[in-house]
Amino acid sequence: MPPVPAASVSARGWGWRHAGRRAWAIRDLDLTIEPGERVLLLGPSGSGKSTLLHALAGVLGDADSGEDEGELSIAGRAGLVLQDPESQAVMARVGDDVAFGCENLGVPRDEIWRRVPAALEAVGLGVALTHPTAELSGGQKQRLALAGALAMRPGLLLLDEPTANLDPAGVVEVRDAVARALQSTGATAVIVEHRVEVWLGVATRMIVLGVDGRLLADGAPDDVLAREGAALAAAGVWVPGHEPAPRLDPPPRPGPTLLTAEDLAVARVPDRIVRSGLDLALAEGEVLAITGPNGSGKSTLALTLGGLLPPTAGRVLASPELAGGAGPEPIRWRSRDLLPRLGSVFQAPEHQFLATTVRDELAVGPRALRGAGTLPDAAVAAIVDPLLDRLGLAALADAHPFTLSGGQKRRLSVGTALATAPRVLLLDEPTFGQDSLTWAALVELLDAERRNGRGVLAVTHDERFLEALSARRFAL
Amino acid sequence: MSAVNPVARLIAALLLALVLVLTIDPVSAGVALALELLLFPFAGLRWGEFWRRTAIVWIAAPLTGLTIVLYGQRSGRMHLEWFLVQISDGSIWLGLATFLRVLAIGLPAVVLFARVDPTDFGDGLAQVLRLPARFVLGAFAGIRLVGLFADDRRALELARRARGVADRGRLRRLAGLAFALFVLSIRRGSALATAMEARGFGSGMRRTWARPSPFGLREWGVIGLGALLAGIATAVAVVTGSWNLIVG
Repeated sequence: MPPVPAASVSARGWGWRHAGRRAWAIRDLDLTIEPGERVLLLGPSGSGKSTLLHALAGVLGDADSGEDEGELSIAGRAGLVLQDPESQAVMARVGDDVAFGCENLGVPRDEIWRRVPAALEAVGLGVALTHPTAELSGGQKQRLALAGALAMRPGLLLLDEPTANLDPAGVVEVRDAVARALQSTGATAVIVEHRVEVWLGVATRMIVLGVDGRLLADGAPDDVLAREGAALAAAGVWVPGHEPAPRLDPPPRPGPTLLTAEDLAVARVPDRIVRSGLDLALAEGEVLAITGPNGSGKSTLALTLGGLLPPTAGRVLASPELAGGAGPEPIRWRSRDLLPRLGSVFQAPEHQFLATTVRDELAVGPRALRGAGTLPDAAVAAIVDPLLDRLGLAALADAHPFTLSGGQKRRLSVGTALATAPRVLLLDEPTFGQDSLTWAALVELLDAERRNGRGVLAVTHDERFLEALSARRFAL
Repeated sequence: MSAVNPVARLIAALLLALVLVLTIDPVSAGVALALELLLFPFAGLRWGEFWRRTAIVWIAAPLTGLTIVLYGQRSGRMHLEWFLVQISDGSIWLGLATFLRVLAIGLPAVVLFARVDPTDFGDGLAQVLRLPARFVLGAFAGIRLVGLFADDRRALELARRARGVADRGRLRRLAGLAFALFVLSIRRGSALATAMEARGFGSGMRRTWARPSPFGLREWGVIGLGALLAGIATAVAVVTGSWNLIVG
């Protein structure tokens, strides 16, 4: 990619409050970013990082979406890459998708088709221009989104947790593509991420926002980390050398087996088998981790073990102790019978939300278990209130689940499963999007659950999580 | 045919349909159908594909015709009367006309629109017909989301089972599912809208189009052929005296 005129950013007392919220997402921000700087923007979840990034990209919306104060200005054009790989491809074919932004800018046709291959090369995406966007992997989709942004020749490149939903290989793919692109274009960049170590070699400056949306630290990455590392870690930022190390007692000895899979074949859609010949067992008191690259069938396996998808071949068997009279095959159980036995937490928390407040969301399971209307409010509160505290969601009890941050949603979905005290917990990527504090809290919570005689199965890419819990691994 | 601009194919199919809905008589539809059957072999569709894609038309046409025969407006000699069923000369004539009409409109529509690439079609609508880009790309994005819809529905059903609320009555469950899908679709739509906006869509700048949408002799030829077919069918019907205008 040829060099572009790098953009600068200036904020003077800037703030933003989302419509319908009492608290400001971000406030009193004074900030200048010089052309060519590469800023790593850090902060605990809910500190307004994404809000600032969206404001810089000009996609925060109008007066209906919220109100602003102060001043925020950008000298130059911004290009934005978002967190979710699935909702960024606009067009059906790779080449057309990269061209989309150029078309919107009114770039002449000849020039568009010079830029498209250059942008794809810059991000190292070597597929045909006619390749269907739907068939790309997560890492490829993020690089496609990056190519689409680069083709617009932005002076300011904005990246909103571009690696949060990727496996470790995808993370490196995307990080390297960004580094290469910034090297050749010289553009200014602002990157929001939880994982500092991924971007340490790329960023030239580090800005940290506090939980109240105010500036906490600002400077060269090494300086900020040396000076503020401990404070940052205490505020929930993932800082190399200050990673959370929950002090757990040695793991308990596993008890009797609760759930087994025999020669199991799994498929999300009937007859499209993703994985077969699987044998595994989950015992009381242990944490079993399902690992493996994206697309290897980890989530499908978890759904099948959780009694939600029928096995295509082979069997999933619950021990008599787990089944408790409900029969040996979980897929034949009633939906209500799953609640005290197998608690599944999905990869996309939104799919599981049913209520309009966080508190009601946690009460759905207990109410369904007892039958509608038969559980007194006091009994619901006795279950829900301690859970809200354990999940760090007490202050958000009356918020709508959909308005929570990504990390908060995930903790809530874990809570919905815990609310009915299932013997077995099946979690799909429970640590996605967690800051270091909520991460540690989640580890401690799951440790307590296992000591309580539950079996825990987690689909995860998070090595630190596996080590902290001394998890047994099952690699796909 | 797949190289012809989809807009030309749309216009040709519309021309035929427009003429054939103006009248209900077996002659115009029969003539159009006969001519169409002569042309289909040149549409570039293999026979297997032709039958597979048009199967629904072949099933729908006799069913529609039969319904009209049984319940259509009575006139002329009565053949059978049984409750609401009234078979008369008039209803048989109408039924036959309807049967041929469904085929004569449905078959070319399916053949002309087999293998239309949505991107090409969108390009044509915007560049040839000059429909607003916001409308065309919005519709295009909508079509893309339909693909995700099926995945979402499956995931939601599993999620409801996991949350313990899937034992309820079928109707209540479906209503809940439909609402959740609706909410999720809106969220997906707004996420895509944000992604499009982030790429400069709707910025008010004059948009260019990366792909040309050629419209030349071949396209006018296809439209002309559609017009010619419609013209011949009309002429034969008028000359034989069976043309009956149903509007106006």
